[in-house]
Amino acid sequence: MEEVNLKKDIFKIDNTILKSRLIVGTGKYKSFNETANAVKASGADMVTVAVRRVNIIDKKKPLLMDYLNPKKIKYLPNTAGCFNSNDALRTLRLAREIGGWKMVKLEILGDKKTLYPDMIETIKSTKTLVKEGFKVLVYCTDDPLHAKKLEDIGASAIMPLAAPIGSGLGIYNKLNISLIIKNSKVPVIIDAGLGTASDASIAMELGCQGVLVNSAIALAKNPILMAEAFKNAVISGRQSYLSGRMKINTYGIASSPKTGLIS
Amino acid sequence: MAKIQINGRKTTIKLNSSIFDILKKYKVNEKKVAVELNGVIIVKNNYKKKKIKENDRIEIVQFIGGG
Repeated sequence: MEEVNLKKDIFKIDNTILKSRLIVGTGKYKSFNETANAVKASGADMVTVAVRRVNIIDKKKPLLMDYLNPKKIKYLPNTAGCFNSNDALRTLRLAREIGGWKMVKLEILGDKKTLYPDMIETIKSTKTLVKEGFKVLVYCTDDPLHAKKLEDIGASAIMPLAAPIGSGLGIYNKLNISLIIKNSKVPVIIDAGLGTASDASIAMELGCQGVLVNSAIALAKNPILMAEAFKNAVISGRQSYLSGRMKINTYGIASSPKTGLIS
Repeated sequence: MAKIQINGRKTTIKLNSSIFDILKKYKVNEKKVAVELNGVIIVKNNYKKKKIKENDRIEIVQFIGGG
């Protein structure tokens, strides 16, 4: 029997080793306190963050950095809200200047209603960011050809959507996600659209290297408990994937011996 | 005094103020933000050197919660 040593099952994006295969978003929480508690319960050591204007009027406004120490939890700056390459590049260059972050999440949306990614702008920006030395985790459609293209131009990770951002629909096209995983040498991380913990297990069982979740945790009635559920679901799904599942049979095959039955 | 814009808001500041002076005035911790002056990012080492002129547009950004 093949031995699987989970301690040697390392999750690496570019040269960054992460302890958890679950990356969590920090949006939509009721308070920074709740954000910090959910991140802790999730076991994630990388979180996505957005770049926005400082509120210069309210000087006492609490800061995310006061609740999540970027020295302990890796920040992954994103370009949420950007609809073109120029805005996305501007946002990530500013993010890098805040504190030297080079690993970033690129997300360029093409449609306000579906929040579907604009792949033409996304590919254009990925090329520029890679040239500038960024390590780019790219949010993309679940199209295997675009995913391959992103890898070819230097993306550090491919992040196909499970379903539209914030929809909670779960993985809509398992076949495409499997094709992307099979074709990819860089990590494939499911991003967007998951609704509940079992969705994360399914993603991991398909062979995803990781999962990125925000709304499904933040909008649960009990976000802290859901964060822990996602943590367990990701571990469970990964173990299941590494175990190698049984073959599927069309008809019933009894689990107990057929001999020695009471007549 | 010089008329300028900070994060989209019109305001006036003392002539010859630097980026450093502005961050101090608004009690912003320079370690937690990035600054853009007229669309160009100003590196932290230049905050004291960079003086503000009339009609300058300044953006000061930070990290907030996001997905």
